[in-house]
Amino acid sequence: MRKIETLEMVNISKSFQGKFANQGINLKINSGEILGLLGENGAGKTTLMNILYGLYQPDSGEIKINGKNVRITSPIDSIQQGIGMVHQHFMLIQNHSVIENIALGYYKTPFFFPKIRIHEKVVEFSRKFSFAIEPYKKVWQLSAGEQQRVEIIKALLNGADLLILDEPTSVLTPQEIKELFRILNDMKNEGHMIILISHKLDEIMDICDRVTVLQKGKIAGHADTAGMDKKSLARMMIGRDVLFNVNREPLPKGEQVLKVSNLHVLGDKGISAVKDVSFDVFANEIFGIAGVAGNGQKELAEAITGIRPVRSGTVFAGLKNITNMSPRKIYDHGVSHVPEERIKFGIAPGLFLYDNAILKQHHLKKFSRKMFLEYGRIKNHTRDLVDSYNVAAHSIEVQIRNLSGGNIQKLILGREISEKPSLLVASHPTYGLDVGATEYLREQLLKRRREGGAVLLFSEDLDEIFELCDRIAVMFQGEFTGILDSSDSEKLSDIGLMMAGSVRY
Amino acid sequence: MEDVVISVLHRTMVAGTPLLLGTVGEVICERSGILNLGVEGVMSVGAVVAFIVTYITGSPWLGLLAAISAGMILSVLHAFASVTLQANQVVSGLALTMIGLGLSGMLGKPYVGKPLAVKMNDVAIPWLSDIPFIGPLFFKQSPFFYMAIILALAAWFFLERTLPGIKVRSAGENPRATETQGVNVTLLRYACVITGGAFSAMAGAHLSTSYSKSWIEGMTAGRGWIVIALTIFSLWNPGKAIMGAFLFGGVFVLQYLLQPIGISPNFLAMLPYLATLLILLAMSLRDRRRLNAPAQLGEPYKRGER
Ligand SMILES: Nc1ncnc2c1ncn2[C@@H]1O[C@H](COP(=O)(O)OP(=O)(O)OP(=O)(O)O)[C@@H](O)[C@H]1O
Ligand SMILES: [Mg+2]
Repeated sequence: MRKIETLEMVNISKSFQGKFANQGINLKINSGEILGLLGENGAGKTTLMNILYGLYQPDSGEIKINGKNVRITSPIDSIQQGIGMVHQHFMLIQNHSVIENIALGYYKTPFFFPKIRIHEKVVEFSRKFSFAIEPYKKVWQLSAGEQQRVEIIKALLNGADLLILDEPTSVLTPQEIKELFRILNDMKNEGHMIILISHKLDEIMDICDRVTVLQKGKIAGHADTAGMDKKSLARMMIGRDVLFNVNREPLPKGEQVLKVSNLHVLGDKGISAVKDVSFDVFANEIFGIAGVAGNGQKELAEAITGIRPVRSGTVFAGLKNITNMSPRKIYDHGVSHVPEERIKFGIAPGLFLYDNAILKQHHLKKFSRKMFLEYGRIKNHTRDLVDSYNVAAHSIEVQIRNLSGGNIQKLILGREISEKPSLLVASHPTYGLDVGATEYLREQLLKRRREGGAVLLFSEDLDEIFELCDRIAVMFQGEFTGILDSSDSEKLSDIGLMMAGSVRY
Repeated sequence: MEDVVISVLHRTMVAGTPLLLGTVGEVICERSGILNLGVEGVMSVGAVVAFIVTYITGSPWLGLLAAISAGMILSVLHAFASVTLQANQVVSGLALTMIGLGLSGMLGKPYVGKPLAVKMNDVAIPWLSDIPFIGPLFFKQSPFFYMAIILALAAWFFLERTLPGIKVRSAGENPRATETQGVNVTLLRYACVITGGAFSAMAGAHLSTSYSKSWIEGMTAGRGWIVIALTIFSLWNPGKAIMGAFLFGGVFVLQYLLQPIGISPNFLAMLPYLATLLILLAMSLRDRRRLNAPAQLGEPYKRGER
């Protein structure tokens, strides 16, 4: 018997600064069910789940477990009720090791010598689950994908009766997603209930029994996945049809935009993370880098954009040697960057939307004169970005941290693309975007390509890479195991093996 | 000659004792994310309460107990302001120092210049105290000295090798993430601030019932501020605090020793702060993250926000 047989949220409302994030929401889930929660960026999914988990207090409404009212005023209460959650923004302690992060919330952690005594259990668990983690690495040294693994392991170890997963797969590889879903299905069969938030409709169709769609804070509808397909789900979500496939017309190769030669970069532990990598990217091209997280992609992107020192080798942007220049100089040479850790490197969370809209660009003539910022123009520019990228925000004068995850990402993308860089280095650009926004972003990337720009795209999502890229490099343990033409379908079928390092071209 | 060396080192240990006690408390408090600048005030109250109770009851141990209770009660003020009200911790800590200094001056007025009949006597540990050189240095000391060392080691063990230790450190690094793991951050921070207060008050008790056996206003003489510096100097590690405390204790002793040969005590009084600055500089040149400062130190944590 599970502690939770049924869970109901009744008439839940929550507003921030007078604007509803959730309004009159009713939701019911039974044990042995997987419920998908869908909705555009900013629809209120995370807010609703945070209420269930006790992080937010609803303005009105109640939560019922097995038909009885319960009060959940903090995560302590929800954990006690048997609820667990994987958070959209990782709830990890950056300066602590992986094992300390896991020990913190694991219900079986012993009082004395916690790290040593749960070590074995954690390693065994992650192996069973084929989720490689390095227990003694500090979290800040991990890539986004690795952090996501830790976040998931933390929740799974506790084996909650109701598991909430808020975009758990955004930076996982297909293989890892398959593993996760296998576990979720097992849990379901054992009588757990699961709420899954995801923007990847294939996943929702794949694993959920039912879906509930939120729109602007209200329930827009419920449906059984059995009778639905991707198209109709998308229509339910955003009220129009979405194109899932993009049309990448062939273009002649332009001039060289980026040339990387024999690049060596150290990782955070001083071990070499990028080993002798060479490649070039041309105008009118999208160049993809595929691979399992933690194989040097993060370090490579950071070295090119100047966040991390280059050990040896050179990076040229056009004819200009930008090796080890400051990020700002590199930006001035036409290389812009969408970092994989958007909260840490992409924004200043406590500043307003309009401040964040011009990070790295404040010195441009259009935004400042001499020492003074031209706030009028900055705000106009921000309004344009917000409109064209459809950023859902109450106003441009709110701290950017209060935006939903997808909307933060939209603003970063708008900022980095709008100045028409000759090269856009983008790590997981569709991370957390809803289907409509993803479609729009892809259009924008292809537009840059058509206009003579180039994109260096890092992603764990192979479909995305296949769809967008002209050429694809596969990275494994800091090296390229090959650079393939996206028309070369024969070699592309080996990409999984290349990602594991067992095939090289 | 050897006698002189032993005597100087012995006095160094004595001078370092209250610094160590205070620092261990402040480390625990700051590790949970709360900056407490009230150490000087709490120490002062600890000193006067310990003195008065010892004077009246004749038992320095009762004095110590009373001091600890007073320190804990006083620290609740700071915990309430910084955790519950989410006020500015610098302001609240400074206020605590003012309150503590004023309060101790007022309470102690009738006792100024009266010596204690009994003080906390030094305890020689059998066998060990007979070892030449080492014995008289480490094993013929006041109970405060032994307590300080043991508590410092215990605090290190607590922070690094136990689950609640991980929780305390996590709360100082990222209170929101800590809360999502089912930890009551508010309670935890209260406990840490109050523990810190108990340690500061112990340090005060040492000053008035062991180091000297009298009370005068302002007898803490800036030790509370040295504790703040020491906390940084020891990189928030109670183990390293042991080294730091006795190093800074040595500086105290040197102040008296070197005065006759014309070195200004003011210059020496400056040294602990200078050393702290240098350490900070050296460490940050090497690697910023090695500094170890709790990431959310001094930042009020508001629940229910992002
Ligand atoms: N703490 C807060 N303060 C102010 N506004 C907030 C806060 N939390 C959420 N909001 C607002 O509530 C709305 C819903 O946000 P929420 O994070 O729930 O969206 P979401 O559906 O999870 O979107 P995404 O798919 O982008 O993650 C957004 O407009 C957001 O700006
Ligand atoms: Mg969300």
